[in-house]
Amino acid sequence: MTKIVVVTSGKGGVGKTTTSAALATGLAQRGHKTTVIDFDVGLRNLDLIMGCERRVVYDLVNVINGDANLKQGLIKDKRVEDLFILPASQTRDKDALTLEGVEKVLEGLKDMGMEYIICDSPAGIEKGALTAAYFADEAVVVTNPEVSSVRDSDRILGILSSKTRKAELGEGDIPASLLLTRYSPERVERGEMLSVEDVKDILAIDLLGVIPESQAVLNASNSGAPVILDSESDAGKAYEDAVARFLGEQRPHRFLTANKKGLFGRLFGAQ
Amino acid sequence: MSIFSYLLPKKEKSASVAKERLQIIVARERATRGGPDYLPQLQEELLMVVRKYVEVDQDAINIQVDRESGCEILELNITLPDE
Repeated sequence: MTKIVVVTSGKGGVGKTTTSAALATGLAQRGHKTTVIDFDVGLRNLDLIMGCERRVVYDLVNVINGDANLKQGLIKDKRVEDLFILPASQTRDKDALTLEGVEKVLEGLKDMGMEYIICDSPAGIEKGALTAAYFADEAVVVTNPEVSSVRDSDRILGILSSKTRKAELGEGDIPASLLLTRYSPERVERGEMLSVEDVKDILAIDLLGVIPESQAVLNASNSGAPVILDSESDAGKAYEDAVARFLGEQRPHRFLTANKKGLFGRLFGAQ
Repeated sequence: MSIFSYLLPKKEKSASVAKERLQIIVARERATRGGPDYLPQLQEELLMVVRKYVEVDQDAINIQVDRESGCEILELNITLPDE
């Protein structure tokens, strides 16, 4: 059984690609055969975040057009077993991505025994984003605690409830969960940032995880290693928790309160 | 936080302002979600007709489409001002 998951947000720059990379890597680390697909045609970036940019030969559009077969298009991750990347095309032709073509690719991945297919959606509500979401069984909505991001997430939730294949077939809404990123408990405590409860209240969906604002995220993208591989970092741990919850485990949310520990606590204290 | 800040008048925190603004706009956008694209213009024109007879605010009109067991219901609410 293959589960197709779209990582989406509406607004750009909130952490969709970072999340797609971390989620896919985390699932593969737990032994689930996973492919992560970059749907951002023309603005390929997942390859950089996954650190495989120099190994890209073929891309999603090549596979759709039959210039390459699926096995040639997939890049096998060198660090984690069972993890594959399908990069976006750099073509400027936005029509290159057809629903039929995408369906064929997804079917091919199912036949290869993929357990999870993570679709990294482009920003916006245009065709690219709709195509990334269309075949999804489940959605992860990435949101920053900031007004425009929350509003756009709500808009995306509305679109998800009517524009996916499941919705069109009358099978109802696909489950959607919230991943709040760039969270700063210090600023929340000072009343300068929407709290996780505020965002949950407004969007009214389940909370998958809260990723703290962290230097580790930039370090990870700088070096091309998904932040979840930095298992000592706060963001890495938070993504690890989110993956566990995604798989149905119950885990308390961490990193929601400001760190008031002194030097001693930082050196010797556990979480 | 310094001790003097307790003496200063309390300013509303920006996060609570953000939450309030979001709740209002999100509720408004949800009301028209999934409805036909002509809804905003319909609302505008209906308002113009009503205004020929009574002076009402922009906010006094509320329009939404509900779906119930296969049929769509266009719901229109206009709050008339007190005389």
